[in-house]
Amino acid sequence: MNLGFPLFPEQASTMAARVDVLFYFLVAVTAFFAAVIFFVIVVFAVKYRRRSDDERPRPIEGNFWLEILWSAIPLGLTMVMFVWGAIIYFDMFNPPNDALEISIVGRQWMWKAQHAEGQREINELHVPVGQAVKLTMTSEDVIHDVFLPAFRIKQDVLPGRYTTLWFQATKAGVYPLYCAEYCGTQHSGMLGRVVVLEPAEFEKWLSGGATGMSMVDLGESLFQRFGCITCHRAGGTSQGPSLVGLFGKSVQLQDGKTVTANEDYIRESILEPQAKVVAGYQPIMPTFKGLVSEEAILQLIAYIKSLNAPERKPAQR
Amino acid sequence: MNIPDIERREHYLNINYGIRSWLFTTDHKRIAWLYLLSVTLFFFIGGIFATLIRLELLTPQGDLVQSETYNKLFTMHGVTMIFFFLIPSIPAVLGNFLVPMMIGARDLAFPRLNLASWYIFILGGAFTLMAAAAGGVDTGWTFYTPYSSIYSNTHVVLTVVGIFITGFSSILTGLNFIVTIHKMRAPGMTWFRLPLFIWAHYATSIIFILGTPVIAITLLLVGLERIFRLGIFDPALGGDPVLFQHLFWFYSHPAVYIMVLPAMGVVSELIACFSRKRIFGYSIVAFASLGIAVIGFLVWGHHMFVSGQSVHAGMVFSFLSMVVAIPSAIKVFNWTATLYKGSISYDAPMLYALGFIGLFTIGGLTGLFLATLGIDVHVHDTYFVIAHFHYIMVGGSVMGYLGGIHFWWPKMTGRRYPESWARLAALIIFIGFHLTFFPQFILGYIGMPRRYHVYPPEFQVLNVMSTAGASILAVGYLLPLTYLIWSLRYGAVAGRNPWGARGLEWQTPSPPPTENFERTPIVTEGAYAYEKDPEEIYPLGKPAHV
Amino acid sequence: MSKVEVFRQHHFEDVEQQHEASWLGMWVFLATEVMFFGGMFACYFVYRHWYLQAFAAASNHLDVLLGGINTAVLICSSFTMALAVHSAETNKRNALIIFLGLTVVLGTVFLGIKFFEYHSKFVEHLVPGSAFAFPGPFERPAEIFFSFYFAMTGMHAVHMIIGIGLLTALIVQARRGRFSAFYHTPVELTGLYWHFVDIVWIFLFPLLYLLGRHV
Repeated sequence: MNLGFPLFPEQASTMAARVDVLFYFLVAVTAFFAAVIFFVIVVFAVKYRRRSDDERPRPIEGNFWLEILWSAIPLGLTMVMFVWGAIIYFDMFNPPNDALEISIVGRQWMWKAQHAEGQREINELHVPVGQAVKLTMTSEDVIHDVFLPAFRIKQDVLPGRYTTLWFQATKAGVYPLYCAEYCGTQHSGMLGRVVVLEPAEFEKWLSGGATGMSMVDLGESLFQRFGCITCHRAGGTSQGPSLVGLFGKSVQLQDGKTVTANEDYIRESILEPQAKVVAGYQPIMPTFKGLVSEEAILQLIAYIKSLNAPERKPAQR
Repeated sequence: MNIPDIERREHYLNINYGIRSWLFTTDHKRIAWLYLLSVTLFFFIGGIFATLIRLELLTPQGDLVQSETYNKLFTMHGVTMIFFFLIPSIPAVLGNFLVPMMIGARDLAFPRLNLASWYIFILGGAFTLMAAAAGGVDTGWTFYTPYSSIYSNTHVVLTVVGIFITGFSSILTGLNFIVTIHKMRAPGMTWFRLPLFIWAHYATSIIFILGTPVIAITLLLVGLERIFRLGIFDPALGGDPVLFQHLFWFYSHPAVYIMVLPAMGVVSELIACFSRKRIFGYSIVAFASLGIAVIGFLVWGHHMFVSGQSVHAGMVFSFLSMVVAIPSAIKVFNWTATLYKGSISYDAPMLYALGFIGLFTIGGLTGLFLATLGIDVHVHDTYFVIAHFHYIMVGGSVMGYLGGIHFWWPKMTGRRYPESWARLAALIIFIGFHLTFFPQFILGYIGMPRRYHVYPPEFQVLNVMSTAGASILAVGYLLPLTYLIWSLRYGAVAGRNPWGARGLEWQTPSPPPTENFERTPIVTEGAYAYEKDPEEIYPLGKPAHV
Repeated sequence: MSKVEVFRQHHFEDVEQQHEASWLGMWVFLATEVMFFGGMFACYFVYRHWYLQAFAAASNHLDVLLGGINTAVLICSSFTMALAVHSAETNKRNALIIFLGLTVVLGTVFLGIKFFEYHSKFVEHLVPGSAFAFPGPFERPAEIFFSFYFAMTGMHAVHMIIGIGLLTALIVQARRGRFSAFYHTPVELTGLYWHFVDIVWIFLFPLLYLLGRHV
């Protein structure tokens, strides 16, 4: 049936079908109750219409069991909706461990992406079919939002913090990316395209790319260029702790608190080094605010993450 | 009776004349009229913004106005409609007029504070209109930081000052209602004999006094941040923009219950009167109003499921949002059950009330879509949300407001409006409304984000449908404006109780005397004693003090 | 009409109803004030949790002595206010005027000390904005601390000024003989308001001034 407009976006991710089924359930419940109420009102309004001016209906106070019934049934239905929706939500926020990692930096009014292999894209995202992809995102200015309707997901992109989004595309094709948090004049122009390629095509696209330096390599060269290596050697120095094996671990801070060394922690340590000083060290690390871009920070994070692995691939120069 | 009779008897409208007698009045009924004129003005201003928005959205390109202007239009539409129409409308117009009368009092507890409330409202409105005239504001009515506190180049401070000031109008009205309902009920008017309209306004007033101060301080902090570059919400200075969202929604979610609870109170009165029966499950409905007000303070995070808020917080808020839906569902069932074996007439107020039930049911159920985490991720910040809240606010609150205005119009003016025109208008509004907003549910699910000036061409058909519906809706709203004004001069004279309703307000003449009652009523029956004759219920009370 | 009836407004049934309504009205208003300040306190607590060391360091730059003196001044002013209410209740017009006046004086002393503190913060470049400069590593969170310091004590000071205005109006009315044992509701309600403003300071002082002492 061609209505001249679509009723549903394409289902192009593993989540899409799950979300749609839940949606159908809610549509069914809504349609059912709306129809029941509508029907009952019309029937009552007609059946009990006023036939003479001096009609005096018998008063009915209420009915305890009816109140229980029409409280319990909606409560039961909403609890089903809650649990079902919560399970999907939880899965939406838990990317698989083998997800392909891509960094996204949003700014008024464009999207910048960088693949682990170093490929950069503007307002476009090439990904393979059948492979989980995890986006690590931040904004350079105001709050934006990455919305991928064909995949049924979205997540706000915040300044000063990282948020993540993951999906696994199930169909090759080109799908829209919208900014879904109002961000100023060109908010509605901040569009992108997600290009989903068959795995072979995707490999071809990757290797056809520019520099050849992966994010890890770029991060390593920044690590040396900015002098981080001076204090943060493997094995550590008296000035700064070693970063090998750091990512994802618990860190004991000077004030007794413990934090997890995640992306936000590393970013904060680069920009506000005094905020969370590691126990046993002096607050002498200088700030790199204004010296490193958001993309550079993401490359440094990629490098530091790579220090967890026992041996690295040799850098390709 | 004919026209000269109204003029001969002294009542609150003719007791004195002249602009000063209106601008310095402390009579709650006259203050209600001051609000009526003001909110009607703001409604049409907000409506003009809406018209321009819908005209622009006829085509995918931005060809009517520039992006910057469009962004200001949707911001100003939201600010005007929410803060200057929806929040005050029923409480400040119908509440002010009726709360004292329904409980048998001569006025609210603090009449001068009531007048001050109106002046504060006007002052706040003036600031906001000044901001609009000076070029407008483009942050969205939600003022998210850091866009509003740092990046926007528009009149943010002027606008937030206007809203800040108007907030005090709400706070004082809520304070007035709470004290009045507690302390000034007529002899015999116990809590469980109160009309449900009063319960609804009591619950609303709780939200007024506890919620509004928080938005006040939040907007104040945004203003200070903009002026002094404080850094509270600026991530570059160590601040947290998501904290703003928590503070903002802590008020703005309960605010939507401010908008709908009074309308529900109106609907209870209308259903009872036009079925000639007491509301089924009266005390349950009363407690449901309180329940909505209280639980409504606990669900604000459902606006923030994709904001970076933790998954666990999301789960708590989703659960509570499901719970808050239940009292509303209970009310819908109780109203429907009231119709059973009633004596139902189809006057315009009843059409509005029945329309409310239908539209609120759909609007409320679509709220469940948004409370459901897995679905909200997809439809958050799309036209689905816009459709949902317009179903409740326009399909709900505005219908409730119009139904109430029509119902109490004879009491307020001593005139009847033309019934056929009113029924026609109700029908036009109902149809126009669906045509305008139902397509937006679909638009949202297929992925059209909100606040978009230009959009991809595949969304055009549904947008055109929506604009067509809006033009019908506009006609529907212009009709009551016209015939209600007409009725002031040419409408049939209304008697004391043209609807045969119960309720103390119907026991005084139409229009009422300034003191409301010739004698203080003594109440011996519950609110909806439709099975008894009015004369049985209201024996003569002691003479009122003057 | 009895002496009391003179003060009854026309829409109340009797003086007792009017009095009860006024009391409830003031308490409801104070509830809104709790929410108003509460919003700021909530924000303050969030940032204090995130930047405890920075906040402690910033707090050390506040003058505890002056803050302590101000606390004592305000507590005394609540005492004189209570004595004023008591004087009204016991029909002592002169005592009422004196105690109201003392409360105004103490309130003004508070504001004077506050002004002095603000001025010295300005001189030390601790006012948030372009001129802000905080020695040591915690400059950015310290600026947030001082933003809250000025916003919260500033809001408090605004409420003090309003209170002093109300008290002055009461003094004028008291001199005209408006209050008596039969009718002194405005004095009682202003007393409630004044005590509330005092209590807000009792919370502000340790949170802002004493933070660094034990961390």
